[in-house]
Amino acid sequence: MTSPLARASRARQEVDGATGVPAVLLLPALLGVLFLVLPMAALLIRVPWSSLGSLLAEPEVRQALRLSVVSASLATLISLVLGVPLAWVMARTRVRGRAVLRALVTVPLVLPPVVGGVALFLALGRRGVIGGPLYDATGISFPFTTTAVVLAETFVAMPFLVISVEGALRAADRRFEDAAATRGADRATTFRRVTLPLVLPGVAAGAVLCWARALGEFGATITFAGNFPGTTRTMPLQVYLALQTDPESAIALSLVLLVVSIGTLLLLRDRWLMRT
Amino acid sequence: MSLAAHVYVHRGPLLVDLHLTVDPGRIVALLGPNGAGKSTVLRVLAGLTPPDGGRIVLDGVVLDDPVADVRVAPHDRPVGMVFQDHLLFPHLTTVDNVAFGLRTRGMSRSAAREQARHWVERMGLADHAAAKPRALSGGQSQRVALARALAGQPRLLLLDEPLSALDARTKLDVRAELRRHLAGYDGATVLVTHDPVDAMALADQLVVVERGRIVQEGLPVDVARRPRTDYVARLVGLSLLTGTAEGRSVVLDTGAAVHLGEPAHGAVFVAIRPSSVALYRRPPGGSPRNVWPARVVGVTPYGETLRIDLDGPVPLTADVTPEAAAELQLVHGAEVWAVVKASEIAAYPA
Repeated sequence: MTSPLARASRARQEVDGATGVPAVLLLPALLGVLFLVLPMAALLIRVPWSSLGSLLAEPEVRQALRLSVVSASLATLISLVLGVPLAWVMARTRVRGRAVLRALVTVPLVLPPVVGGVALFLALGRRGVIGGPLYDATGISFPFTTTAVVLAETFVAMPFLVISVEGALRAADRRFEDAAATRGADRATTFRRVTLPLVLPGVAAGAVLCWARALGEFGATITFAGNFPGTTRTMPLQVYLALQTDPESAIALSLVLLVVSIGTLLLLRDRWLMRT
Repeated sequence: MSLAAHVYVHRGPLLVDLHLTVDPGRIVALLGPNGAGKSTVLRVLAGLTPPDGGRIVLDGVVLDDPVADVRVAPHDRPVGMVFQDHLLFPHLTTVDNVAFGLRTRGMSRSAAREQARHWVERMGLADHAAAKPRALSGGQSQRVALARALAGQPRLLLLDEPLSALDARTKLDVRAELRRHLAGYDGATVLVTHDPVDAMALADQLVVVERGRIVQEGLPVDVARRPRTDYVARLVGLSLLTGTAEGRSVVLDTGAAVHLGEPAHGAVFVAIRPSSVALYRRPPGGSPRNVWPARVVGVTPYGETLRIDLDGPVPLTADVTPEAAAELQLVHGAEVWAVVKASEIAAYPA
């Protein structure tokens, strides 16, 4: 029999010995990091720092920037209003076919955004399943409007929020909800006054993720909303367009989106990067 | 007006099936090992776990009767509960935790705060009224939990291991405090604990639960003096034997004979206090009536003394000083003689 002390010290040696990485793993790992970092470095190297201010001050660019921020924020708001209750239903009730529900909610995460755009068109377009009757009855039409941008972004981004909030709800200690029930709170009151405050960090993280995804949305937007300056041309569309005519402007806009992405990462740092 | 409950509920493989009656102002302790179903009983009484049968009546109002399809939702029951880890809402201050139940029952925010403040002062927590739960000590958070449960005058108070989250030192103070606060409460109280000392100190009536059933109930002092199961006997530090008495002698189920100070008849429990067992290396001289050979099967420190578990025709537990243990060389497997005076042995009907 070895003493626990001897065992512990041997275990530590094994851990120490594991710090050496074999070349067969090290080489691909380094190449992988390089592949991921190099494009971003290239972007930074080529940024026209001196003319950056004037490039971003151009009315077309500022218009795209404002449209992006407004539509991504609206998409996040809609996602919160619909997604948080949806996450609660998925996490707290025993609805039949809940597995199917989760799969359906997750599909937009993996669906090519262009396909999402086509699907939205078929549903809400002027001849769409819902859009057709709606147009006939009221004359309201979604495609190629700012509303369509918001709808496309919501479609693509809401699953991020739902998954994040559902995870937070599952991780939350449900006994607090029992405590609330014994203090006279029905399920709605319990949700509002106990559950929601407890999972607020998860909701915030989901909202940030959702907003970042909406801001970068390209495929579904250009398919369903088109590419009209001022109404549907968001930042990613502006970048794509500028690359063909004015590369320097494209680089400047890309820098803005890169900075936003890094900012998102920093906001979520405590939740994801610190988790080891 | 009181609690009259027949709790009947399946929890996995365990069937909990027991009757409880608690008068107003009285405290009943459910005592039992982990997994006996004690907490399940509390959850059923609180309405958090729907029962599979039985009937729960509080102050004449039926709260649960599955057969008649009656079920009052947990938030509509006049019940307060103190949970094992207290479960104070972490995002609310002391006052708001206490005010929570008043607000949900329709009181305005300011009136609820006012009344909650009154409770907080009564619990001696005025200095911590604006503190969040994580800034409170174990004893303080226990008092907040109690105030939260009592605010709004519930007719039934449920305490689930209220002292188990506390360290040994604060536990003594908090237990005394809890006793004082409970004395001022006029509703029925059901307390769940696996600590016999808590149960004895706080309860008017003891209900011992094992595997979902009541195995013994009565006044704490009676249960302690006359345990009816091994579990209770071990809890109160007695060795419990069963046998058949005929006058002053008992034939144990193991076949060994025990001599009593007082006569008894029929099936009996025989309880022997560890401190009344004397150990010898050789059969002692003189003429003691109860002398049994025994083998040491366990030696554990117990306060100032050592607790010696003995196997043989009469399985016993003995308390000896460390000096005596060294002198007698009481190691695992040692052969000794156990001696108990007849007058030190209690026998009571099984």
